[in-house]
Amino acid sequence: MESRLRKIIVCDPDKCNGCRICEYICSFVSEGVLNIKKSRIRVVRIEPFLNLAVACRKCEDPPCVKACPRDALTQKPSGIIVVEENKCNGCGWCVETCPFGVIRLHLDKRKIIVCDYCEKHGYPRCVEYCPKEALKYVTLDQAARELSKKAVQTLMQELAVK
Amino acid sequence: MKGYAGKYLIIDLTRGKTSMGRVDESFALNYIGGYGFGARMLYDMMPKPAEVDPFSPENVLIWWTGPLAGTISSAGNKYAVFAKSPLTGIFGFGISSGLFASEFKSAGWDGVVFTGRSEKPVYLTIDDENIELRSASSIWGRTTWETEEMIKEELGDESFTVASIGPAGERMVRLANITNERNRQVGRCGLGAVMGSKNLKAVAARGTKDVEVFDIEGLVKFIAELNERCQGPATEKYRVYGTPANILVHDKLGCLPSYNFQRGTFEYAEEVSGEMMLKTHVKKIVACAGCPIACDHVNQAREAYAGTVSSVDYESLELLGPNCGIRSLDTITKAVEICDTLGVDTISAGNVVGWAMECFERGILTKDDTDGVELRFGNDEALLEALRRMCLKEGRLGMLLSEGVRRASQIVGKGSERFAVHCKGLEWAAYELRSLQTSTLGFAVSNRGADYLRSGSYQVDVKGQVDRLRLDKSRGKIVYDGENQYAVIDSLIICKFTRGVFKSMGELAKLYTLVTGLSMTGEQILKAGERIHNVARCFNVKCGVTRKDDYPPPRAFEDPLPDDIVKGAVIRREEYEEALDGYYECRGWSRNGVPLKRKLLELGLSKEAEEVGVEA
Repeated sequence: MESRLRKIIVCDPDKCNGCRICEYICSFVSEGVLNIKKSRIRVVRIEPFLNLAVACRKCEDPPCVKACPRDALTQKPSGIIVVEENKCNGCGWCVETCPFGVIRLHLDKRKIIVCDYCEKHGYPRCVEYCPKEALKYVTLDQAARELSKKAVQTLMQELAVK
Repeated sequence: MKGYAGKYLIIDLTRGKTSMGRVDESFALNYIGGYGFGARMLYDMMPKPAEVDPFSPENVLIWWTGPLAGTISSAGNKYAVFAKSPLTGIFGFGISSGLFASEFKSAGWDGVVFTGRSEKPVYLTIDDENIELRSASSIWGRTTWETEEMIKEELGDESFTVASIGPAGERMVRLANITNERNRQVGRCGLGAVMGSKNLKAVAARGTKDVEVFDIEGLVKFIAELNERCQGPATEKYRVYGTPANILVHDKLGCLPSYNFQRGTFEYAEEVSGEMMLKTHVKKIVACAGCPIACDHVNQAREAYAGTVSSVDYESLELLGPNCGIRSLDTITKAVEICDTLGVDTISAGNVVGWAMECFERGILTKDDTDGVELRFGNDEALLEALRRMCLKEGRLGMLLSEGVRRASQIVGKGSERFAVHCKGLEWAAYELRSLQTSTLGFAVSNRGADYLRSGSYQVDVKGQVDRLRLDKSRGKIVYDGENQYAVIDSLIICKFTRGVFKSMGELAKLYTLVTGLSMTGEQILKAGERIHNVARCFNVKCGVTRKDDYPPPRAFEDPLPDDIVKGAVIRREEYEEALDGYYECRGWSRNGVPLKRKLLELGLSKEAEEVGVEA
């Protein structure tokens, strides 16, 4: 798949309120449990105003893959990072290289976990369950278009007020 | 049995010893969690509550989550704290939310019970099985917000959630609260002061365990449906304007307390409305963990208080605003920040300052008594100064206000007791006394004292389902039903803002069963609610509460409302007596407000029947 067609999870900081429903649902979908610390998507809250959920960005030439000394990580053409558990020894080198902090060690297994975009389901479930539609599953091009639209709307509203 | 962790901690602060108790199935079924567990345990652990000084080591401080905490249940991450209240001298209880309860449950615990008193300031860390009392000497004196940051820093992990007291709790200000995650509070009944009396600065929790539920597939499916409903009309008010939407609604109905409940409207209501606040002050709307609604409106103040940030809800806004004659959202945002960081309940704080302002304007308090503060209605600086001094017990004014409105008015005397607006020592919340009379009945009979959260009986008044300016016997049933339902909600514990999305008690029971695997019907769970309410009442009866304590303050009977829309509204004493009789009849209590043996036995409360119950 051409990388321009890759869809990723993006989060609107104006809509995200830090409710963590994405984290609960991710732990359920990924592992059949309820435990936000096993979520592949992570909610960041920086007091007092910032909330944002972050998941794997499907980077081009991903640093996590390059960093792994045991070649346990590979990237599929779709952009999804695959972890070969038998190769991973939990050294965490990749954790330190991910600029978004979204590749992590599993709490119990001490092997790497990362968002697989609910591959089996075909669509990331967190996006489906986000109550405020803060999460979207789109190409970066589409995300940019939506941002432009929002900016234009805001500008026009401000002009109208003036 | 799933949902519950099945065990709780017992911390003897005097000896620094930790032990463990079990939550068994019959306890779970009979008392659900939260409110129910707290009521049962406080009753059992304090056999002679009348003899216990709330600030003595003999007071017991109890924390419970409910079965829903840590599961994905809609707005179900809540915890409750209990003790004998230093403000009311009776059953003390408060609920908070945020992420704390989820972390707590995920650590493998349902609750924690503190006994005794630590010799030096400590805080408790709950890190899965690792339980530790750590020295709090370096954080003693810090605000709640600073405390959270310092503890996370000390423990080296931001994923700890912290519930703490501020300087007010340390100084045993009777209005002191407990704060977690900056903006969430166990607000009422002065439970922060009980923590202070025990030298307990904070509880920090981190959990890594899965929270097991009985039917995870079924639960997730049901929650998806409930969360969808939570985007509908039943919760629209909370989502858009947050609870401050009530300001204009109540002003139009003449039930917006202003100037210490002297009036039921506020001439500057527009300026402090939820609509205005959203336009000019709300910077961010945030949600508690697992909540699909998101009601928390975080304000940023401007001008003189630029840089001040606080979360402002209806009760805080109303009592620190209109009730003190304050019309500036900047000042109100600042006032909430002072209360939240130094650690007092905004409701009680706004109420007691409003009372002091009325005293000042009537010449009952002078500048001598206020250490120079010009404590008039509408004086922004005076409000902020009074709050600061109250939290720090500074000077004569600070000492006086820190006692709460009942004690303060007894100290001052000179007729000021007549306009101290409280019941059983708990300051009245932001619902007018005379123009919402079913509400007033509900407040006055509540187990906590003047309480808007125990029956929701204001709803029939506000919605126009009854004549809100009169009372009759039928109102007793409305309060009775509301109390039993709310006791269930507070035991599960789930946010009351979801109440409109559940179609029946049966749905609450279904949620309980999906999570726990214990079979439960709507009827059974409602019965549990009634049982829980009665246990708390029995505790109160042991503290000396009877019919004489179930009345609103004199202002409700003696001062007709002056506002045009509700002109002359006042509670007629004979109607009130009749409504109270109606309430006791529904409850199966004596005319003196004491549960009948027969009723207690019917609810399976044989110990209470023996110790408290009376014959018909």
